[in-house]
Amino acid sequence: MAVLVIADHDGTAVRETTGKTVAAAKLISGDVDVLVMGTGVAGAAASAAAIAGVRKVLTAESPSLGQGLAEAVTDLVVSLAGGYDAILTPATSAGKNFAPRIAAKLDVAQVTDVIEVVDPKTFVRPIYAGNALETVKSSDGKLVITVRATAFKGAGEGGSAGIEAVSVPGASGPAAQFVSEEVVKSDRPELAGAKIVVSGGRALGSAEEFAKVIEPLADKLGAAVGASRAAVDAGYAPNDYQVGQTGKVVAPDLYVAVGISGAIQHLAGMKDSKIIVAINKDADAPIFQVADYGLVADYKVAVPELMEELTKIGK
Amino acid sequence: MKVLVPVKRVIDYNVKVRVKPDQTGVDLANVKMSMNPFDEIGTEEAVRLKEKGVATEVVVVSIGPAQAQETLRTALAMGADRGILIQTDADLEPLAVAKLLKAVIAEEQPGVVVMGKQAIDGDNNAVGQMLAALLDWPQATFASKIEIAGQTASVTREVDGGLQTLSVALPAVITADLRLNEPRYASLPNIMKAKKKPIDIKSTADYGVDVANRLTVVKVTEPPKRQGGAKVADVAELVSKLKNEAGVI
Repeated sequence: MAVLVIADHDGTAVRETTGKTVAAAKLISGDVDVLVMGTGVAGAAASAAAIAGVRKVLTAESPSLGQGLAEAVTDLVVSLAGGYDAILTPATSAGKNFAPRIAAKLDVAQVTDVIEVVDPKTFVRPIYAGNALETVKSSDGKLVITVRATAFKGAGEGGSAGIEAVSVPGASGPAAQFVSEEVVKSDRPELAGAKIVVSGGRALGSAEEFAKVIEPLADKLGAAVGASRAAVDAGYAPNDYQVGQTGKVVAPDLYVAVGISGAIQHLAGMKDSKIIVAINKDADAPIFQVADYGLVADYKVAVPELMEELTKIGK
Repeated sequence: MKVLVPVKRVIDYNVKVRVKPDQTGVDLANVKMSMNPFDEIGTEEAVRLKEKGVATEVVVVSIGPAQAQETLRTALAMGADRGILIQTDADLEPLAVAKLLKAVIAEEQPGVVVMGKQAIDGDNNAVGQMLAALLDWPQATFASKIEIAGQTASVTREVDGGLQTLSVALPAVITADLRLNEPRYASLPNIMKAKKKPIDIKSTADYGVDVANRLTVVKVTEPPKRQGGAKVADVAELVSKLKNEAGVI
């Protein structure tokens, strides 16, 4: 039984999430193909072919696929589904958008946000904002799975899979039309895959303060910037900075929480980080219960000091 | 134009969830239940569409136990016009829910479906997309802005790294993200008025669709507890530990 992984890529190369999803796929089957779709995907396809253990890379090109439109992606994947027993995609906003549509077209359940493959039909997934873990066994003949990539180690490199173009089917019905995209351009690493994340909370008090305190610290550490939902709701940070159950789930090597109290929904998005640092002046803040290094201090004093100490060690 | 809004009764988002000792699920006995927060946002958006004169009627649908009537009443108090309850004690999966909603839509013929992107219990984020697939309608998920003019909706979506704007020909399914709006609190007079609004009670059998679950829940467990709680005295100790003990900087 073969499985298909739908790649997440940036136009030039596959993202880390793809290698991690391949790793999850290998626990289901030894025959893993990767689908790279979009426009001008040769580079991304080559990087997918280099993932260890990939059997074959399929490429599909069309403007609608490049725009990530769920209707076009679904038509394509359904046309390929006959050859596969499972279809996996990382649970990115794109994957979350098209995967349930594919599942419904195939008349199967979606197994959402998988964090562990128990056996080829049995999976563990978080429910209730990560406050419980559910183990489910599928009775469907075909599986559609979204993978929480942070829960898996990458498949590694060293593969040399063949690359093969597949034809893109015509639209099967009415589809949304792409109008425009506003992508935030940043030199910082992407939040979802960053090794270090610096996040700010409501204690920052304003968007200006957030920019003045959190961003320089992040840049000093070469980190991505995150925020709690409270900070996002208050308008201190844009929504795509949001770490938490309703935002992004991250698991960096180092997570620095500044002025974040640690609401359940925020903890759900970062508690799998390797090392958690919390800086908060409230010693009773719940964030300290998950922090490896808690510093009870006013961020206004602690962050400038931290910047200084980091400079001393050559950061 | 009629707007259909599916709403789900879920554990209140402020309640600390407890896993049952026998690992069969989450303890819902004597726990506060509320409307799924994303569905509140969907309801609010539909009511605003009516207030703007874009929508003529807002119909809310819930699939759940008898108590889901309370959830429908909440939506009616916010300004929806009438409710439909498909009463069942079964915990239906997103595909079954989408099939039931498709059958409701065949009867109601709404011009657009606006719904929450995700229920905060199962966290599947799937019903809207599945419903769009079954209907062969276009979809616009994770909406942070909806503008409807004639038979077209312009929807701004929250995507990784920014925003995407789509134009969708109606009918379509639109799912609401957090920033779409801030739901109103129902006023007391509106809560009283909502008690007189009609709720039609149906059963899953009325719709003749296959609602069998495809997934068997083997067990529900608590997530591993993280061992935290250690404190450092000052910034110098923090940096030293990060460098020498954890090796992460």
